[in-house]
Amino acid sequence: MGKVNKAFFWSLFAAGGTLTAFVFPALVLILLLAAYGSPPEIMGFEQMQGLLSNWLIKIAAFGMLALALWHAAHRLRTALHGLGLRADGAVAAIGYGIALLGTVLTAYYLMQI
Amino acid sequence: MSEIQIELEILRYDPEKDQEPHFVTYAVTCQDDWMVLDAINYVKDHLDTTLSYRWSCHMAVCGSCGMMIDGEPKLACKAPVSNYANQKARIEPLANFPIERDLVVVMDDFMDKLKRVKPYIIRKDEKPIEEGEYKQSPAELKKYKQFTLCINCLCCYAACPQYALIPEFIGPAALTMAHRYNQDSRDQGLAERHDEVATPVGVWDCSFAGECSEVCPKHVDPAAALQQLKIATTVQWYKGLIGMGGK
Amino acid sequence: MAYVRPVSKTSWYLAKRSYTVHMLQELTSIFVGMFALTLLWGISAVAGGPDTYQAFLDSLRSPVMVVILWVTTVVMFYHAIAWFSVTPKAMPIQRGEEFVPAIIIAGAHYVIWIVLSLLVLLLAGVF
Repeated sequence: MGKVNKAFFWSLFAAGGTLTAFVFPALVLILLLAAYGSPPEIMGFEQMQGLLSNWLIKIAAFGMLALALWHAAHRLRTALHGLGLRADGAVAAIGYGIALLGTVLTAYYLMQI
Repeated sequence: MSEIQIELEILRYDPEKDQEPHFVTYAVTCQDDWMVLDAINYVKDHLDTTLSYRWSCHMAVCGSCGMMIDGEPKLACKAPVSNYANQKARIEPLANFPIERDLVVVMDDFMDKLKRVKPYIIRKDEKPIEEGEYKQSPAELKKYKQFTLCINCLCCYAACPQYALIPEFIGPAALTMAHRYNQDSRDQGLAERHDEVATPVGVWDCSFAGECSEVCPKHVDPAAALQQLKIATTVQWYKGLIGMGGK
Repeated sequence: MAYVRPVSKTSWYLAKRSYTVHMLQELTSIFVGMFALTLLWGISAVAGGPDTYQAFLDSLRSPVMVVILWVTTVVMFYHAIAWFSVTPKAMPIQRGEEFVPAIIIAGAHYVIWIVLSLLVLLLAGVF
């Protein structure tokens, strides 16, 4: 991982951190309510399907999920190094690999709706 | 003016005699307005002349007397003994630096890194003398002024967990200097400094723990400088991708 | 011979409270990542049709998931609060010779966060 990559990964981390800070608290509250058996209206299948069919929503959801994954991958890379895990190359490859897989899968499933 | 009793537990190390550093305790009767530095001076003058340490101005402008006091990096001239009245205060050399002798650390690593970031005005085009000085408005000065206050005391390096784990990290004070010059309206050297700053051991090793700013005795706020430097470095990197690196 | 003091690579963050708090803040990213993957799971369930989606909703109701969602909720709020409190350091706004106070920049972020969250909850039919 040369110097070229760190600026790139850091910018994804910063964007992801900001975006998730703004929207994840509300979103997890919605899922928490759904878990209690009183799902908010939006969680109904027809509503969800309708919402995610919208292209603007698809793009927003893709951007949000992708940035959240890259944010987590980059921050965990630093955290694990701080916890004593020295194999930075392996941690980076696995972390960013999962983020990449998640990004691709997000696009894949969104396109199926 | 009344008196305060303290005990200084000072880490001693004589490279010619000791295998390892060890603590020696000194009981000192202080005046209540003394700083820890005064107590250490008392030890050297009256109790143990072999004690070695750096100090100079005794007014927090020279940056010489940085040391660990009860595990916190501080300027000894700025730490009142009244905080340690009737207690033991542990005095150790600044963390994360090799010990030269007693409380004196080897600063070479920092000096080397400071040079690498090119902490001086860099011009791509020099104005001839006849055209006069480079003018700067008060607002332009204010933009980077806070970051000029660094006295190179190295307390930030002693506090930084990343510097402790990764000795190659360029570190808070040096990177703050890079940012200070990048922000100076008279400077044109951002692209040149980018090569040092943008490396993994440059600004990217900073994890924004913020410890540096917590301990800085001059309120330079290196943590803020480094985050701003990360953004500037990222922008510069993206610019470089599209051929606008301006080198 | 200069003496180099050893540093613990695995427990340095326990030495000082502020180090521990910093490490915990870094580890909030585990929950950010896990929640993102949960949302991905949900999206894949929608793509799979009404039955797979219902199975997803039922999975959310399992005791394990409920606990995870509670913890994630707390952690997400902590992440937002911590993130916005340090944002001013990275984005100084200079007006003339003065800088906009950090509390105003952070405050603006908090206000936008609250308004945005209420809007999202409203549109979702929570109230």
